[in-house]
This record gives sequence, C-alpha cells and structure tokens, in this order.
Amino acid sequence: MVKIYFTGIDIGSSSAKAIVLDETNKIVHKFILPTGWSSLETANSIKEKLAQVDMEYANGKFVATGYGRVSVPYAVKTVSEITCHGMGAAYLFNARDCTVIDIGGQDTKIISLSQGKIVDFIMNDKCSAGTGRFLEIMANALGVSLSEMFDLAATGSGVSISSMCTVFAESEVISLIASGQPKQNIAYGVVESVINKVISLCGKHASSNTSFYLTGGLCESNYIIESLSKKLGFPVVSSPLGRYAGAVGAALIAKSLK
Amino acid sequence: MADYRKMWSDLGMDLEKHDLLCEALPDAFGAIYMSQENRPEGMDFFNFVVSEIHGVRPAELIEHQKNGGKVFGTFCVYVPDEIIFAAGGIATGLCGGSQFWVAGGEKVLPANTCPLIKASVGARLDGTCPFFKIADMYIGETTCDGKKKAWEILQQEVPVYVMDIPQMKREKDILAWKEEIRLLLKRIEEFTGNKVTPEILAEKIKMINNKRKALARLYNTRKSSPVPISGKDALLVTQIAFYDDPVRNAEQVNKLCDELEARIAKGEGVFPKNAPRILITGTPMAIPNWKLHHIIETSGAAVVVEELCTGTRYFENLVDESGKTLDEQIKALAERYMKTNCACFTPNTGRIDDILRLVKEYHVDGVIECNLQFCGLYSTEAYLVQQKLKEADVPYMHLETDYSEQDLEQIRTRVQAFIELLEK
Repeated sequence: MVKIYFTGIDIGSSSAKAIVLDETNKIVHKFILPTGWSSLETANSIKEKLAQVDMEYANGKFVATGYGRVSVPYAVKTVSEITCHGMGAAYLFNARDCTVIDIGGQDTKIISLSQGKIVDFIMNDKCSAGTGRFLEIMANALGVSLSEMFDLAATGSGVSISSMCTVFAESEVISLIASGQPKQNIAYGVVESVINKVISLCGKHASSNTSFYLTGGLCESNYIIESLSKKLGFPVVSSPLGRYAGAVGAALIAKSLK
Repeated sequence: MADYRKMWSDLGMDLEKHDLLCEALPDAFGAIYMSQENRPEGMDFFNFVVSEIHGVRPAELIEHQKNGGKVFGTFCVYVPDEIIFAAGGIATGLCGGSQFWVAGGEKVLPANTCPLIKASVGARLDGTCPFFKIADMYIGETTCDGKKKAWEILQQEVPVYVMDIPQMKREKDILAWKEEIRLLLKRIEEFTGNKVTPEILAEKIKMINNKRKALARLYNTRKSSPVPISGKDALLVTQIAFYDDPVRNAEQVNKLCDELEARIAKGEGVFPKNAPRILITGTPMAIPNWKLHHIIETSGAAVVVEELCTGTRYFENLVDESGKTLDEQIKALAERYMKTNCACFTPNTGRIDDILRLVKEYHVDGVIECNLQFCGLYSTEAYLVQQKLKEADVPYMHLETDYSEQDLEQIRTRVQAFIELLEK
C-alpha cells in the first residue's frame, strides 16, 4: 500500500521551513533554508529537495503558510501563520490551554489557545520593533552574530534603548558604541527592548493562561527564554523544534483536509 | 470621463498632478470594484458617479455658484447639512481618503497627524481635487486636535467657519450645541444673503431625513443572509451620499434597495450563506479608501455593517420633523446630532452599546476595529471596546493602518487569521 505524506511549508521573511508528517502524525522529515529573494524559487527548491529524499514526500499533500504562502503553486490550501503557529505549538508542546509567543522575522505574534483551539491573537504594528529582524539589524550594528549578542547580553546591564523605531534604534546603538559603552551593555539594552515589546503585547492580549510557549527562530536562545520568563512571572517553555511550529501546523491542516 | 480640463484649469488646479490621480483611479476602482461577481444593477449609477468623480458633481456645484448659490465643504457627521441647504447653499463632504494627497499635507503638517487630515489639507494645497477648490467656505469642527489646528492653516486659503463641538453630553452640552447650530445658521445666512424660514428649514429637515431613511433601508437589507450586497458596494454608496445631491441620492439608493429586497425574497446573495459576517468599527473611511473592505471580502468573509462615520453614524436617528419655529427645529437638530457617538466625547459608552446592538441586528460573527494611524481618540477607546466585546463573547480584532499599501499583506495575514478563527 502506498503511504501518503502531508507536508507543511512555512515561508517566513527570513527562513523557509518544511515539515513532513506521515499518516500517524509523526514527523518523518524536516529542513530549513533561507527564503532568499524569491519565495517561488524557494518553494520549488523545497519540492526538489523532498523529491530527492523520497518521491512519495513530493507526491503528498501540501499546505503553505508564512508571508510567502501565496507563492507555493503546489499547495492545495494556504492558511495564515497565526492559525498554523497555534496548531503547531499545541502539537509540539502537547498543550491545550496556553499562550504561544512567536518572535518571527518581521512580526511578533501572541496566540491564545483554549482547549487546543485558537481563541485570540495579537500582532505587532507594522514596524519591526520587537521582531527577529530588529535583533538581526542590531547584532549587525554591534558586529556580532545573533547568538553572540545573546551571550553578551547575559553579562551586560544598565543600558536601555529608548527608540521604538528600528532605524532610530540603530543610530542609538551606534551612538552608544561611539560613547564607549561596553558591548555587553548595549547587547543587554537591545534584547531588553525586544523583550519589553513582547511583554507589552502579552499585556494587551490579557489572557488568563499561565502556560507560555516560545516558537520561531529564537526558540533555542536560553537567554531570551529566561528573560521572558522573568518578566512574565511564569515559566516560558520552548524546544529546538519551535522554529518549525508554523510548518507543523500547516502539515496538520494538510492531513485534516479531505 | 468627459473632458473637464477647462473647468479644472478655471478652478486653478494643478492639471499635471491631477492627471496622475485621474489615471490611477480607474485601475484601482476596476480591480477592487468591477472584479466583484453578481453586483446589483443598481450599482451602475454609483459606478458612473465614481467614473466622473471630479467632473459631473463639480460641474453641478459650479452651475449652482453661477446662479448665485454658495457651496460649503464639510468634514464631519456632526455638521448639520439641513442648515446649509435651508440657506440656499449646498453642503458637500470633503474628507480626503487617498494616499495621493498625503504628501501634500505632510509639507505643512507634522508626521504624526492622521492620514485623513493630511490628505484633506494636501488635496487643497496641491490643487488636485475640484471639490476643495469649489467650496466657498469650509465648515470645520473641534472633534480633534489635529483638525483644530488644520483649520488655522486652511484658513489662509479659504474662509473656514469652525463649530465648537462639546466634549461631553450633559444637558448643558446639548444646549451649547443648540447654540452652536444657531450661530452657524446666522453665519450662513450672512454668507449666502438668504434668510432661513421655519417653512424652508422644515422642508430641508425632511429632505435630509429622507436620505437617512434610504441609507437605513440599504443597511437593513444587509441584515439578511446571504447578504444581497457586498460591504464594499454599501461603503461606496455611503461615501457618495456625502457629496451627491441629497434628493437624487435618496432616489438612487431606494432604487438599489428595490433590487436588493427582490434578491432577499429570492434568497440570492453575493457571498455564500456561511461566509463569516464582519462588523467594522473605528475611524471614517473617506472615498476612495476601500482598503480594509477589499482585504476582508477577498479573504472569504462579508462586511455586513460599518459602525463608522461612513456607516451607521451617518444615518441613524432622524431629526424630529414636528418643530414649528426655528427654535424648536434647531433644538430638534441639536438633539439628533448629539445622539451620534464619537470617540471625541467622554465618556462614550453609547458607541459600545451601538456596536453590541449592531452585532445582534446584523448577526455579526466578528468585529474588526480599524483606526487610522495617529488617531489617539479611537485607538485609546479601542481598549474599552475590546473589554466590553470580550465580556459579551464577541470575537474582536484591532488594526491600525493608513492609506498606503505597504502594510497590505501584513493586514491580510491578520484578517485571514481572524476569519480562520471565526470559521471554526
């Protein structure tokens, strides 16, 4: 008997994620690649890669999500990343009543689940403050990688970045560098500003959930997880699979389609 | 469009710049409106009005001026059109709803001014809208700080008369508003040279009430499922009601309603019966701002009612027609206009009551609140709206945006997620 596979593709603003599920909801394959210039090219190369691993993967059912979701010609359906992240997190963390914090490339989302279903969500305004992109730009200004910036931040203190706008915040960081402020303190200020932005979104969201899960590209940063937990007053849980939450949700939806 | 270049040039407009707008509008209107399926035939008139948006009506207004009449530009649903028409004037809504005009406004206004004010000031200063050039006088009001100061800038170009809107709705505030309407009447009489009699004011109160009744009838058809007209089309009809001739407008809206009511009788609609039904609340959507409606209605849901100035706030509540003296009539006007609920009042719980009532009347599945960027009044009030809707278990989402298209896809993602949440 031929096996059927269900693939979720999450084309985000900085990276594209693919998750293949089998008929028992088990993750049988996963990979991540940079989105690059063209979502369409990325989508096509995802299918090629899948075909190289197993022809049956490429012949399966696809659902696309993420900001490049409309550029996946072979997807049978597109679903917003909010729904997919919520469903994916519920699966990954085996959670039913919880709040999912997703710090993505160009947006940050807070999603509430009740009995395994999404009941509410909030996203940052159109500016990039409080997003992964903001952190990337600041790390770049400091001349370090993202993970190096988090390591620095863990030993820093005392600096706060007041500009909400990425462009102005970058100038602020450059002025701090020029004034001789130690790098770790600037890194601390940068990360704090993102954490504060996320916390204020959580506050606006006002849900009674006390379980928090972090998804998105920062899921492996212990420093981010600890800072979020401290400010929220509740433990935040993540997993290395957190960055695949959107793709997992899309794959689950592909499986649920008749 | 017929050739109106001479008219525009006589008005002192910037023809070259204006051509850019004239070129862009048909494409935008085609993509957003003409692509809809199964549109009511009664929309043909409104399509025509848009296709000649800077031609037909401006020509009528100029004709009125040639016959000695005055034209008054207004910016707010609190300004009583009845008074203007009773003094032989014509009132025409002037709010700017296009990104095209924003840059012109930014030349003189701070960046953190709302796009509606920027576009309105820009349309006048850049000379790219005939309505702004034709109006002999603007009637401003004190609904927000941005507008208050913008009048002082516009005053350098054109006479502006400002009505002082109360900030609360106590007995004394309603009396104060009555006094403001009386002062407006006096100023307009002076400006037009015409005397307002109780007979003529009674006639104009009826005329504007008839327009309100026609719009109320249109909105009433939207309570049906499936909904017989798209939210986009209903919004367009409402937007046009702000500047078209009120008698003709009521006639055309009623004609459209005949068709929509026949559709309802046959169970016909423009969206599937199970499409989620959305109420939009928040700041006004001046023509040609169709951004949010377009995103929602191309994402699988239907907009069935707008609790907006370009929506129920414009036509709900009629003016009592029984007044025999000017004093009684002005009192009736003041009472009617003070029933409208805007975030410029404190408190403004009436608006939340309105939203909850409309949710029931229109069988709404979810509420999307949309505020123009930098409208502190509405975005602050959104907190309270969200609170009350949550209590009532009504799904709610708050968006903030401007006239530009740069956040279109981000908004689409949110709207799509919200609709997915309602479909479950």
